[in-house]
Amino acid sequence: MEFALEISYLVASITFILGLKMLSSPESARKGNLIAAAGMLIAIITTIAFHKDGEGHAIGNLIWIIAAMAVGTIIGWIMAVKVKMTAMPQMVSFFNGMGGACAALIALVEYNTHPVHEMGFLIVVCLSLIIGSVSFSGSIIAYGKLEGKIKDLYGNFMPIINGIIFLSVMGLMIYGLINPSMFDSGLLWIILAASLLYGVMFVMPIGGADMPVVISLLNSFTGVAAAFGGFMYDNAVMLTGGILVGSAGTILTILMCNAMNRSLANVIIGSFGGASGAKAEGGDKVVKEISLSDAAILCAYANKVSIVPGYGLAVAQAQHVCNDFTKLLEDKGVDVSYAIHPVAGRMPGHMNVLLAEADVSYDKLLELEDANEGMTSTDVTIVVGANDVVNPAAEDDPSSSIYGMPIIQVHKSKNIIIMKRSMGKGYAGIENNLFFADKTRMLFGDAKASLSALVGELRSL
Amino acid sequence: MNEIMQLFLENQEFIYVIILSIFLGIEVISNVPAILHTPLMSGANAIHGVVIIGAIIVMGHADPSNTLALVLGFIAVVLGTLNVVGGFVVTNRMLEMFKKKEK
Repeated sequence: MEFALEISYLVASITFILGLKMLSSPESARKGNLIAAAGMLIAIITTIAFHKDGEGHAIGNLIWIIAAMAVGTIIGWIMAVKVKMTAMPQMVSFFNGMGGACAALIALVEYNTHPVHEMGFLIVVCLSLIIGSVSFSGSIIAYGKLEGKIKDLYGNFMPIINGIIFLSVMGLMIYGLINPSMFDSGLLWIILAASLLYGVMFVMPIGGADMPVVISLLNSFTGVAAAFGGFMYDNAVMLTGGILVGSAGTILTILMCNAMNRSLANVIIGSFGGASGAKAEGGDKVVKEISLSDAAILCAYANKVSIVPGYGLAVAQAQHVCNDFTKLLEDKGVDVSYAIHPVAGRMPGHMNVLLAEADVSYDKLLELEDANEGMTSTDVTIVVGANDVVNPAAEDDPSSSIYGMPIIQVHKSKNIIIMKRSMGKGYAGIENNLFFADKTRMLFGDAKASLSALVGELRSL
Repeated sequence: MNEIMQLFLENQEFIYVIILSIFLGIEVISNVPAILHTPLMSGANAIHGVVIIGAIIVMGHADPSNTLALVLGFIAVVLGTLNVVGGFVVTNRMLEMFKKKEK
Protein backbone atom coordinates (compact mmCIF):
# COMPACT_ATOMS: atom_id res chain seq x y z
CA MET A 1 0.00 0.00 0.00
CA GLU A 2 3.03 2.23 -0.35
CA PHE A 3 1.55 4.15 -3.23
CA ALA A 4 -2.01 4.44 -2.00
CA LEU A 5 -1.40 7.78 -0.32
CA GLU A 6 0.50 9.32 -3.23
CA ILE A 7 -2.12 8.16 -5.73
CA SER A 8 -5.00 9.42 -3.63
CA TYR A 9 -3.29 12.81 -3.36
CA LEU A 10 -2.90 12.92 -7.11
CA VAL A 11 -6.56 12.01 -7.57
CA ALA A 12 -7.59 14.65 -5.02
CA SER A 13 -5.51 17.33 -6.77
CA ILE A 14 -7.19 16.47 -10.06
CA THR A 15 -10.65 16.65 -8.49
CA PHE A 16 -9.82 20.12 -7.13
CA ILE A 17 -8.82 21.35 -10.57
CA LEU A 18 -11.86 19.77 -12.22
CA GLY A 19 -14.09 21.02 -9.44
CA LEU A 20 -12.95 24.63 -9.85
CA LYS A 21 -13.30 24.34 -13.62
CA MET A 22 -16.83 22.98 -13.36
CA LEU A 23 -17.77 25.62 -10.78
CA SER A 24 -17.20 28.21 -13.49
CA SER A 25 -20.22 27.21 -15.51
CA PRO A 26 -23.84 27.07 -14.31
CA GLU A 27 -24.67 23.63 -15.77
CA SER A 28 -21.82 21.77 -14.16
CA ALA A 29 -21.27 23.85 -11.03
CA ARG A 30 -23.03 21.59 -8.59
CA LYS A 31 -21.33 18.46 -9.86
CA GLY A 32 -18.00 20.29 -9.66
CA ASN A 33 -18.52 21.05 -5.99
CA LEU A 34 -19.40 17.43 -5.24
CA ILE A 35 -16.40 16.12 -7.17
CA ALA A 36 -14.03 18.36 -5.22
CA ALA A 37 -15.70 17.26 -1.98
CA ALA A 38 -15.25 13.60 -2.92
CA GLY A 39 -11.56 14.25 -3.64
CA MET A 40 -11.20 15.90 -0.26
CA LEU A 41 -12.83 12.93 1.47
CA ILE A 42 -10.46 10.49 -0.25
CA ALA A 43 -7.44 12.59 0.72
CA ILE A 44 -8.55 12.76 4.36
CA ILE A 45 -9.30 9.04 4.67
CA THR A 46 -6.09 7.89 3.02
CA THR A 47 -4.07 10.31 5.14
CA ILE A 48 -5.49 8.79 8.29
CA ALA A 49 -5.01 5.27 6.99
CA PHE A 50 -1.63 5.41 5.30
CA HIS A 51 0.35 8.45 6.38
CA LYS A 52 3.73 7.69 7.93
CA ASP A 53 6.14 10.17 9.43
CA GLY A 54 9.88 10.22 8.69
CA GLU A 55 10.52 7.32 11.07
CA GLY A 56 7.72 5.19 9.66
CA HIS A 57 5.22 5.71 12.47
CA ALA A 58 1.58 5.54 11.41
CA ILE A 59 -1.00 8.11 12.48
CA GLY A 60 -1.65 7.89 16.21
CA ASN A 61 -4.09 9.60 18.56
CA LEU A 62 -6.80 8.21 16.29
CA ILE A 63 -9.59 8.61 18.79
CA TRP A 64 -8.81 12.28 19.24
CA ILE A 65 -8.63 12.89 15.51
CA ILE A 66 -11.94 11.19 14.87
CA ALA A 67 -13.55 12.99 17.80
CA ALA A 68 -12.30 16.35 16.51
CA MET A 69 -13.55 15.60 13.01
CA ALA A 70 -16.93 14.55 14.36
CA VAL A 71 -17.24 17.80 16.31
CA GLY A 72 -16.20 19.87 13.29
CA THR A 73 -18.51 17.99 10.94
CA ILE A 74 -21.56 18.36 13.15
CA ILE A 75 -21.03 22.05 13.87
CA GLY A 76 -20.08 22.87 10.28
CA TRP A 77 -22.98 20.94 8.82
CA ILE A 78 -25.55 22.50 11.14
CA MET A 79 -24.24 26.02 10.54
CA ALA A 80 -24.19 25.52 6.78
CA VAL A 81 -27.70 24.08 6.66
CA LYS A 82 -29.24 26.58 9.06
CA VAL A 83 -27.76 29.76 7.61
CA LYS A 84 -30.16 32.02 5.75
CA MET A 85 -29.36 32.70 2.12
CA THR A 86 -29.04 36.37 2.94
CA ALA A 87 -26.28 35.66 5.43
CA MET A 88 -24.25 33.59 2.96
CA PRO A 89 -21.36 36.06 2.57
CA GLN A 90 -20.58 36.18 6.27
CA MET A 91 -20.85 32.40 6.47
CA VAL A 92 -18.22 31.99 3.76
CA SER A 93 -16.07 34.50 5.62
CA PHE A 94 -16.47 32.57 8.85
CA PHE A 95 -15.47 29.22 7.34
CA ASN A 96 -12.56 30.94 5.66
CA GLY A 97 -11.41 32.25 9.03
CA MET A 98 -11.52 28.71 10.42
CA GLY A 99 -9.22 27.49 7.64
CA GLY A 100 -6.82 30.35 8.37
CA ALA A 101 -6.79 29.58 12.08
CA CYS A 102 -6.15 25.91 11.27
CA ALA A 103 -3.10 26.85 9.17
CA ALA A 104 -1.75 29.11 11.93
CA LEU A 105 -2.25 26.42 14.58
CA ILE A 106 -0.45 23.69 12.67
CA ALA A 107 2.47 26.07 12.13
CA LEU A 108 2.64 26.62 15.90
CA VAL A 109 2.45 22.94 16.75
CA GLU A 110 4.89 22.00 14.03
CA TYR A 111 7.42 24.47 15.40
CA ASN A 112 6.81 23.08 18.84
CA THR A 113 7.31 19.41 17.88
CA HIS A 114 9.97 19.69 15.17
CA PRO A 115 13.40 18.92 16.61
CA VAL A 116 15.61 20.75 14.10
CA HIS A 117 14.91 24.31 13.00
CA GLU A 118 16.76 24.99 9.77
CA MET A 119 16.26 28.21 7.82
CA GLY A 120 13.81 26.92 5.20
CA PHE A 121 11.63 25.34 7.84
CA LEU A 122 11.54 28.56 9.87
CA ILE A 123 10.57 30.68 6.86
CA VAL A 124 7.71 28.33 6.00
CA VAL A 125 6.48 28.16 9.60
CA CYS A 126 6.58 31.95 9.97
CA LEU A 127 4.75 32.63 6.71
CA SER A 128 2.12 29.99 7.38
CA LEU A 129 1.59 31.43 10.86
CA ILE A 130 1.43 35.04 9.70
CA ILE A 131 -0.84 34.53 6.69
CA GLY A 132 -3.06 32.09 8.54
CA SER A 133 -3.63 34.41 11.47
CA VAL A 134 -4.17 37.51 9.31
CA SER A 135 -6.75 35.53 7.38
CA PHE A 136 -8.38 34.34 10.60
CA SER A 137 -8.72 37.67 12.40
CA GLY A 138 -9.55 39.51 9.16
CA SER A 139 -12.30 37.05 8.27
CA ILE A 140 -13.81 37.25 11.72
CA ILE A 141 -13.91 41.06 11.52
CA ALA A 142 -15.47 40.80 8.04
CA TYR A 143 -18.01 38.36 9.47
CA GLY A 144 -18.81 40.77 12.32
CA LYS A 145 -19.19 43.70 9.96
CA LEU A 146 -21.59 41.89 7.67
CA GLU A 147 -23.58 40.73 10.67
CA GLY A 148 -23.76 44.39 11.68
CA LYS A 149 -21.97 43.75 14.97
CA ILE A 150 -18.82 45.70 14.15
CA LYS A 151 -18.76 49.24 12.82
CA ASP A 152 -16.33 50.70 10.32
CA LEU A 153 -13.39 52.45 11.84
CA TYR A 154 -11.80 54.89 9.52
CA GLY A 155 -9.39 57.76 9.82
CA ASN A 156 -6.58 59.12 7.73
CA PHE A 157 -4.20 57.65 10.26
CA MET A 158 -5.32 54.08 9.54
CA PRO A 159 -3.14 53.40 6.49
CA ILE A 160 -0.12 54.67 8.43
CA ILE A 161 -0.85 52.50 11.46
CA ASN A 162 -1.46 49.50 9.24
CA GLY A 163 1.79 50.14 7.43
CA ILE A 164 3.63 50.24 10.73
CA ILE A 165 2.06 46.99 11.95
CA PHE A 166 2.80 45.28 8.65
CA LEU A 167 6.43 46.38 8.71
CA SER A 168 6.76 45.29 12.35
CA VAL A 169 5.48 41.81 11.51
CA MET A 170 7.96 41.53 8.66
CA GLY A 171 10.74 43.02 10.82
CA LEU A 172 10.06 40.58 13.66
CA MET A 173 10.14 37.67 11.25
CA ILE A 174 13.46 38.73 9.73
CA TYR A 175 14.90 39.39 13.17
CA GLY A 176 13.89 35.87 14.19
CA LEU A 177 15.38 34.33 11.07
CA ILE A 178 18.68 35.99 11.84
CA ASN A 179 18.54 35.04 15.52
CA PRO A 180 16.62 31.73 15.52
CA SER A 181 17.00 31.27 19.26
CA MET A 182 14.66 34.22 19.78
CA PHE A 183 11.73 32.15 18.48
CA ASP A 184 12.04 29.93 21.49
CA SER A 185 11.90 32.83 23.90
CA GLY A 186 8.48 33.97 22.83
CA LEU A 187 9.12 35.74 19.54
CA LEU A 188 6.81 33.35 17.70
CA TRP A 189 3.93 34.33 20.00
CA ILE A 190 4.66 38.02 19.49
CA ILE A 191 4.56 37.48 15.72
CA LEU A 192 1.26 35.64 16.15
CA ALA A 193 -0.22 38.50 18.18
CA ALA A 194 1.01 41.15 15.74
CA SER A 195 -0.39 39.23 12.77
CA LEU A 196 -3.77 38.86 14.43
CA LEU A 197 -3.77 42.59 15.12
CA TYR A 198 -2.83 43.30 11.52
CA GLY A 199 -5.77 41.21 10.28
CA VAL A 200 -8.14 43.24 12.45
CA MET A 201 -6.73 46.61 11.45
CA PHE A 202 -6.57 45.63 7.81
CA VAL A 203 -10.31 44.94 7.55
CA MET A 204 -11.52 47.57 10.05
CA PRO A 205 -11.49 50.63 7.76
CA ILE A 206 -12.93 48.86 4.72
CA GLY A 207 -16.51 49.81 3.96
CA GLY A 208 -19.29 47.26 3.81
CA ALA A 209 -19.68 47.54 0.04
CA ASP A 210 -16.12 46.38 -0.40
CA MET A 211 -16.52 43.41 1.93
CA PRO A 212 -16.93 40.84 -0.87
CA VAL A 213 -13.61 41.89 -2.32
CA VAL A 214 -11.96 41.56 1.07
CA ILE A 215 -13.50 38.14 1.72
CA SER A 216 -12.30 36.94 -1.64
CA LEU A 217 -8.83 38.28 -0.90
CA LEU A 218 -8.71 36.65 2.53
CA ASN A 219 -9.92 33.47 0.85
CA SER A 220 -6.86 33.45 -1.36
CA PHE A 221 -4.68 34.23 1.69
CA THR A 222 -5.93 31.09 3.38
CA GLY A 223 -5.15 29.18 0.20
CA VAL A 224 -1.57 30.41 0.34
CA ALA A 225 -1.34 29.57 4.05
CA ALA A 226 -2.54 26.03 3.27
CA ALA A 227 0.11 25.78 0.56
CA PHE A 228 2.83 26.72 3.06
CA GLY A 229 1.45 23.94 5.22
CA GLY A 230 2.01 21.67 2.23
CA PHE A 231 5.62 22.82 2.11
CA MET A 232 6.03 22.02 5.80
CA TYR A 233 4.99 18.40 5.28
CA ASP A 234 6.17 17.90 1.70
CA ASN A 235 2.50 17.28 1.07
CA ALA A 236 1.54 17.56 -2.58
CA VAL A 237 -2.23 17.81 -2.22
CA MET A 238 -2.04 20.63 0.31
CA LEU A 239 0.36 22.43 -1.96
CA THR A 240 -1.69 22.15 -5.16
CA GLY A 241 -5.02 22.74 -3.41
CA GLY A 242 -3.69 25.77 -1.57
CA ILE A 243 -1.94 27.36 -4.53
CA LEU A 244 -4.92 26.76 -6.81
CA VAL A 245 -7.20 28.58 -4.40
CA GLY A 246 -4.57 31.25 -3.84
CA SER A 247 -4.31 32.09 -7.52
CA ALA A 248 -7.96 31.53 -8.44
CA GLY A 249 -8.96 33.61 -5.42
CA THR A 250 -6.67 36.44 -6.44
CA ILE A 251 -8.10 36.50 -9.96
CA LEU A 252 -11.63 36.42 -8.58
CA THR A 253 -10.75 39.36 -6.34
CA ILE A 254 -9.49 41.32 -9.32
CA LEU A 255 -12.61 40.45 -11.35
CA MET A 256 -14.74 41.79 -8.52
CA CYS A 257 -12.72 45.00 -8.34
CA ASN A 258 -13.14 45.42 -12.10
CA ALA A 259 -16.90 45.10 -11.75
CA MET A 260 -16.78 48.12 -9.45
CA ASN A 261 -14.24 49.92 -11.56
CA ARG A 262 -11.85 50.22 -8.67
CA SER A 263 -8.34 49.03 -8.16
CA LEU A 264 -7.47 46.58 -5.43
CA ALA A 265 -5.11 49.10 -3.85
CA ASN A 266 -7.95 51.59 -3.75
CA VAL A 267 -10.17 49.12 -1.90
CA ILE A 268 -7.49 48.24 0.62
CA ILE A 269 -6.03 51.64 1.33
CA GLY A 270 -9.01 53.84 1.47
CA SER A 271 -12.70 53.54 2.01
CA PHE A 272 -14.66 55.65 -0.46
CA GLY A 273 -13.10 59.10 -0.52
CA GLY A 274 -14.41 61.86 1.69
CA ALA A 275 -16.39 64.83 0.43
CA SER A 276 -17.56 64.97 -3.15
CA GLY A 277 -19.35 67.61 -5.14
CA ALA A 278 -22.67 65.81 -5.15
CA LYS A 279 -22.70 65.56 -1.40
CA ALA A 280 -22.74 69.29 -0.75
CA GLU A 281 -25.56 70.23 -3.07
CA GLY A 282 -28.11 67.66 -1.91
CA GLY A 283 -29.32 69.65 1.07
CA ASP A 284 -32.38 71.63 0.05
CA LYS A 285 -33.90 69.35 -2.58
CA VAL A 286 -37.21 67.69 -2.03
CA VAL A 287 -38.22 64.13 -2.80
CA LYS A 288 -41.71 63.16 -3.91
CA GLU A 289 -43.41 60.24 -2.22
CA ILE A 290 -45.94 57.91 -3.82
CA SER A 291 -48.84 56.15 -2.13
CA LEU A 292 -49.13 52.38 -2.21
CA SER A 293 -52.24 52.36 -4.35
CA ASP A 294 -50.73 54.78 -6.87
CA ALA A 295 -47.63 52.63 -7.05
CA ALA A 296 -49.72 49.49 -7.59
CA ILE A 297 -51.74 51.14 -10.36
CA LEU A 298 -48.64 52.50 -12.03
CA CYS A 299 -47.15 49.00 -12.18
CA ALA A 300 -50.34 47.16 -13.10
CA TYR A 301 -50.94 49.31 -16.18
CA ALA A 302 -47.36 49.36 -17.36
CA ASN A 303 -46.18 47.25 -20.28
CA LYS A 304 -42.74 46.68 -19.00
CA VAL A 305 -41.51 46.73 -15.41
CA SER A 306 -37.94 46.28 -14.31
CA ILE A 307 -36.94 45.50 -10.74
CA VAL A 308 -33.52 46.51 -9.47
CA PRO A 309 -32.74 44.62 -6.27
CA GLY A 310 -30.05 45.65 -3.79
CA TYR A 311 -28.91 44.93 -0.30
CA GLY A 312 -32.22 46.27 1.10
CA LEU A 313 -33.97 43.28 -0.48
CA ALA A 314 -31.55 40.94 1.24
CA VAL A 315 -31.82 42.49 4.71
CA ALA A 316 -35.59 42.59 4.54
CA GLN A 317 -35.69 38.95 3.33
CA ALA A 318 -38.06 40.21 0.68
CA GLN A 319 -37.10 37.84 -2.14
CA HIS A 320 -40.19 35.60 -1.83
CA VAL A 321 -42.73 38.39 -1.65
CA CYS A 322 -40.88 40.04 -4.50
CA ASN A 323 -41.52 36.94 -6.57
CA ASP A 324 -45.23 37.00 -5.60
CA PHE A 325 -45.36 40.61 -6.72
CA THR A 326 -43.75 39.67 -10.03
CA LYS A 327 -46.20 36.83 -10.65
CA LEU A 328 -49.22 39.02 -9.96
CA LEU A 329 -47.95 41.59 -12.44
CA GLU A 330 -47.34 38.90 -15.02
CA ASP A 331 -50.89 37.64 -14.59
CA LYS A 332 -51.93 41.14 -15.58
CA GLY A 333 -49.85 40.86 -18.73
CA VAL A 334 -46.95 43.00 -17.60
CA ASP A 335 -43.49 42.07 -18.83
CA VAL A 336 -41.33 41.92 -15.69
CA SER A 337 -37.58 41.47 -15.53
CA TYR A 338 -34.85 41.93 -12.95
CA ALA A 339 -31.82 44.11 -13.56
CA ILE A 340 -28.90 42.70 -11.62
CA HIS A 341 -25.88 44.83 -10.97
CA PRO A 342 -22.79 42.63 -10.59
CA VAL A 343 -21.99 44.02 -7.16
CA ALA A 344 -25.51 44.55 -5.85
CA GLY A 345 -25.84 43.17 -2.35
CA ARG A 346 -22.80 42.12 -0.44
CA MET A 347 -21.21 39.67 -2.82
CA PRO A 348 -21.10 39.39 -6.57
CA GLY A 349 -23.93 37.09 -7.53
CA HIS A 350 -25.59 37.58 -4.14
CA MET A 351 -28.83 38.75 -5.75
CA ASN A 352 -28.87 35.81 -8.16
CA VAL A 353 -28.59 33.38 -5.28
CA LEU A 354 -31.35 35.12 -3.33
CA LEU A 355 -33.77 35.34 -6.22
CA ALA A 356 -32.96 31.78 -7.17
CA GLU A 357 -34.01 30.79 -3.67
CA ALA A 358 -37.37 32.44 -4.29
CA ASP A 359 -37.78 30.48 -7.55
CA VAL A 360 -37.45 33.47 -9.85
CA SER A 361 -36.64 31.94 -13.20
CA TYR A 362 -33.20 32.28 -14.71
CA ASP A 363 -34.13 34.12 -17.88
CA LYS A 364 -35.75 36.99 -15.98
CA LEU A 365 -32.45 37.99 -14.44
CA LEU A 366 -30.75 40.41 -16.79
CA GLU A 367 -27.11 41.30 -16.42
CA LEU A 368 -26.00 44.91 -16.44
CA GLU A 369 -25.60 45.42 -20.19
CA ASP A 370 -28.80 43.67 -21.24
CA ALA A 371 -30.74 45.51 -18.55
CA ASN A 372 -29.40 48.88 -19.67
CA GLU A 373 -30.26 48.19 -23.30
CA GLY A 374 -33.93 47.77 -22.43
CA MET A 375 -34.06 50.68 -19.98
CA THR A 376 -35.44 53.38 -22.30
CA SER A 377 -38.44 51.22 -23.18
CA THR A 378 -39.16 50.35 -19.55
CA ASP A 379 -42.27 52.01 -18.14
CA VAL A 380 -41.60 51.53 -14.46
CA THR A 381 -38.36 50.69 -12.71
CA ILE A 382 -38.66 49.61 -9.10
CA VAL A 383 -35.46 49.99 -7.12
CA VAL A 384 -35.67 47.73 -4.08
CA GLY A 385 -33.08 48.73 -1.52
CA ALA A 386 -30.31 49.58 -3.97
CA ASN A 387 -28.59 52.94 -4.02
CA ASP A 388 -25.05 53.38 -5.28
CA VAL A 389 -25.50 50.97 -8.19
CA VAL A 390 -28.19 53.22 -9.69
CA ASN A 391 -26.53 56.56 -8.89
CA PRO A 392 -26.20 58.58 -12.11
CA ALA A 393 -23.31 60.51 -10.53
CA ALA A 394 -21.17 57.54 -11.57
CA GLU A 395 -21.73 58.67 -15.16
CA ASP A 396 -21.97 62.43 -15.04
CA ASP A 397 -20.14 63.74 -12.00
CA PRO A 398 -16.35 63.38 -12.32
CA SER A 399 -15.93 64.69 -8.78
CA SER A 400 -17.94 61.82 -7.32
CA SER A 401 -16.09 59.03 -5.59
CA ILE A 402 -17.98 56.41 -7.59
CA TYR A 403 -17.40 58.16 -10.93
CA GLY A 404 -16.67 55.57 -13.59
CA MET A 405 -18.38 52.65 -11.89
CA PRO A 406 -20.80 50.97 -14.31
CA ILE A 407 -24.38 51.50 -13.11
CA ILE A 408 -27.84 50.34 -14.01
CA GLN A 409 -29.21 53.28 -15.97
CA VAL A 410 -32.47 53.50 -14.12
CA HIS A 411 -32.69 57.21 -14.89
CA LYS A 412 -33.38 56.35 -18.53
CA SER A 413 -36.64 54.57 -17.77
CA LYS A 414 -39.98 56.41 -17.86
CA ASN A 415 -40.97 56.16 -14.20
CA ILE A 416 -38.95 55.23 -11.17
CA ILE A 417 -40.15 53.98 -7.82
CA ILE A 418 -37.52 53.83 -5.10
CA MET A 419 -38.20 51.56 -2.14
CA LYS A 420 -36.03 52.61 0.73
CA ARG A 421 -36.15 52.64 4.46
CA SER A 422 -35.05 56.22 4.85
CA MET A 423 -33.15 58.91 3.02
CA GLY A 424 -29.93 57.38 4.36
CA LYS A 425 -27.03 57.18 2.00
CA GLY A 426 -25.66 54.05 0.38
CA TYR A 427 -22.38 52.48 1.30
CA ALA A 428 -20.40 55.01 -0.66
CA GLY A 429 -21.90 57.64 1.64
CA ILE A 430 -22.83 59.99 -1.17
CA GLU A 431 -26.03 61.70 -2.22
CA ASN A 432 -28.03 60.18 -5.05
CA ASN A 433 -29.56 62.76 -7.37
CA LEU A 434 -31.78 60.12 -8.88
CA PHE A 435 -34.02 60.40 -5.82
CA PHE A 436 -34.73 64.06 -6.62
CA ALA A 437 -35.50 63.59 -10.32
CA ASP A 438 -38.94 64.61 -11.62
CA LYS A 439 -39.92 61.10 -12.65
CA THR A 440 -38.82 59.53 -9.38
CA ARG A 441 -41.21 58.64 -6.57
CA MET A 442 -40.16 57.39 -3.17
CA LEU A 443 -41.88 54.58 -1.27
CA PHE A 444 -40.43 54.61 2.22
CA GLY A 445 -40.45 51.56 4.45
CA ASP A 446 -38.99 48.11 4.86
CA ALA A 447 -38.74 46.39 1.46
CA LYS A 448 -40.68 43.34 2.57
CA ALA A 449 -43.48 45.37 4.16
CA SER A 450 -43.77 47.64 1.12
CA LEU A 451 -43.80 44.75 -1.33
CA SER A 452 -46.40 42.81 0.69
CA ALA A 453 -48.56 45.92 0.80
CA LEU A 454 -48.16 46.30 -2.96
CA VAL A 455 -49.16 42.67 -3.45
CA GLY A 456 -52.28 43.39 -1.39
CA GLU A 457 -53.09 46.45 -3.48
CA LEU A 458 -52.58 44.54 -6.72
CA ARG A 459 -54.92 41.76 -5.61
CA SER A 460 -57.65 44.26 -4.84
CA LEU A 461 -57.36 46.09 -8.15
CA MET B 1 22.39 33.43 0.37
CA ASN B 2 23.81 29.95 0.14
CA GLU B 3 21.04 28.63 2.31
CA ILE B 4 18.44 30.15 0.01
CA MET B 5 20.07 28.60 -3.07
CA GLN B 6 20.15 25.32 -1.21
CA LEU B 7 16.46 25.71 -0.43
CA PHE B 8 15.71 26.29 -4.10
CA LEU B 9 17.68 23.25 -5.23
CA GLU B 10 16.12 20.99 -2.63
CA ASN B 11 12.60 22.05 -3.46
CA GLN B 12 12.82 22.42 -7.20
CA GLU B 13 9.92 20.07 -7.88
CA PHE B 14 7.67 21.92 -5.50
CA ILE B 15 8.59 25.22 -7.05
CA TYR B 16 7.58 23.89 -10.46
CA VAL B 17 4.31 22.62 -9.01
CA ILE B 18 3.64 26.04 -7.48
CA ILE B 19 4.27 27.96 -10.65
CA LEU B 20 2.18 25.63 -12.79
CA SER B 21 -0.63 25.65 -10.21
CA ILE B 22 -0.69 29.44 -10.19
CA PHE B 23 -1.26 29.55 -13.93
CA LEU B 24 -3.73 26.71 -13.76
CA GLY B 25 -5.74 28.53 -11.09
CA ILE B 26 -5.88 31.66 -13.21
CA GLU B 27 -6.76 29.74 -16.38
CA VAL B 28 -9.42 27.59 -14.80
CA ILE B 29 -11.61 30.38 -13.52
CA SER B 30 -10.94 33.20 -15.93
CA ASN B 31 -14.23 32.74 -17.83
CA VAL B 32 -16.58 32.57 -14.88
CA PRO B 33 -19.82 34.55 -15.28
CA ALA B 34 -20.63 37.10 -12.57
CA ILE B 35 -23.59 35.09 -11.28
CA LEU B 36 -21.25 32.30 -10.22
CA HIS B 37 -18.77 34.49 -8.36
CA THR B 38 -20.31 33.79 -4.98
CA PRO B 39 -20.59 29.99 -5.34
CA LEU B 40 -17.12 29.86 -6.86
CA MET B 41 -15.64 31.80 -3.97
CA SER B 42 -17.43 29.51 -1.59
CA GLY B 43 -16.23 26.40 -3.43
CA ALA B 44 -12.64 27.65 -3.44
CA ASN B 45 -13.09 28.36 0.25
CA ALA B 46 -13.96 24.70 0.82
CA ILE B 47 -10.98 23.51 -1.22
CA HIS B 48 -8.42 25.37 0.88
CA GLY B 49 -9.86 23.37 3.74
CA VAL B 50 -7.30 20.83 2.50
CA VAL B 51 -5.21 22.34 5.29
CA ILE B 52 -7.07 19.76 7.42
CA ILE B 53 -4.60 17.18 6.08
CA GLY B 54 -1.83 19.10 7.83
CA ALA B 55 -3.84 19.20 11.03
CA ILE B 56 -4.40 15.42 10.89
CA ILE B 57 -0.69 14.81 10.34
CA VAL B 58 0.27 17.10 13.21
CA MET B 59 -2.21 15.47 15.51
CA GLY B 60 -1.39 11.96 14.35
CA HIS B 61 2.31 12.25 15.05
CA ALA B 62 2.09 14.35 18.20
CA ASP B 63 3.67 12.79 21.27
CA PRO B 64 0.78 11.83 23.60
CA SER B 65 2.67 13.46 26.48
CA ASN B 66 2.92 16.81 24.69
CA THR B 67 -0.28 18.44 25.90
CA LEU B 68 0.20 21.74 24.08
CA ALA B 69 0.62 19.98 20.75
CA LEU B 70 -2.38 17.75 21.42
CA VAL B 71 -4.68 20.59 22.42
CA LEU B 72 -3.67 22.88 19.55
CA GLY B 73 -3.76 19.93 17.15
CA PHE B 74 -7.25 18.99 18.30
CA ILE B 75 -8.50 22.54 17.79
CA ALA B 76 -6.81 22.63 14.39
CA VAL B 77 -8.59 19.45 13.29
CA VAL B 78 -11.95 20.82 14.49
CA LEU B 79 -11.47 24.14 12.68
CA GLY B 80 -10.17 22.47 9.52
CA THR B 81 -13.18 20.14 9.45
CA LEU B 82 -15.47 23.12 9.94
CA ASN B 83 -13.88 24.76 6.92
CA VAL B 84 -14.20 21.66 4.72
CA VAL B 85 -17.67 20.50 5.71
CA GLY B 86 -19.21 23.94 6.09
CA GLY B 87 -17.62 25.12 2.86
CA PHE B 88 -18.85 22.27 0.69
CA VAL B 89 -22.33 22.14 2.24
CA VAL B 90 -22.89 25.89 1.88
CA THR B 91 -21.70 25.80 -1.72
CA ASN B 92 -23.97 22.87 -2.46
CA ARG B 93 -26.92 24.71 -0.95
CA MET B 94 -26.30 27.74 -3.15
CA LEU B 95 -25.94 25.64 -6.29
CA GLU B 96 -28.98 23.53 -5.51
CA MET B 97 -31.06 26.61 -6.07
CA PHE B 98 -29.53 27.32 -9.43
CA LYS B 99 -30.32 23.79 -10.47
CA LYS B 100 -33.99 23.99 -9.55
CA LYS B 101 -34.57 26.77 -12.01
CA GLU B 102 -33.26 24.95 -15.03
CA LYS B 103 -36.46 22.95 -15.24
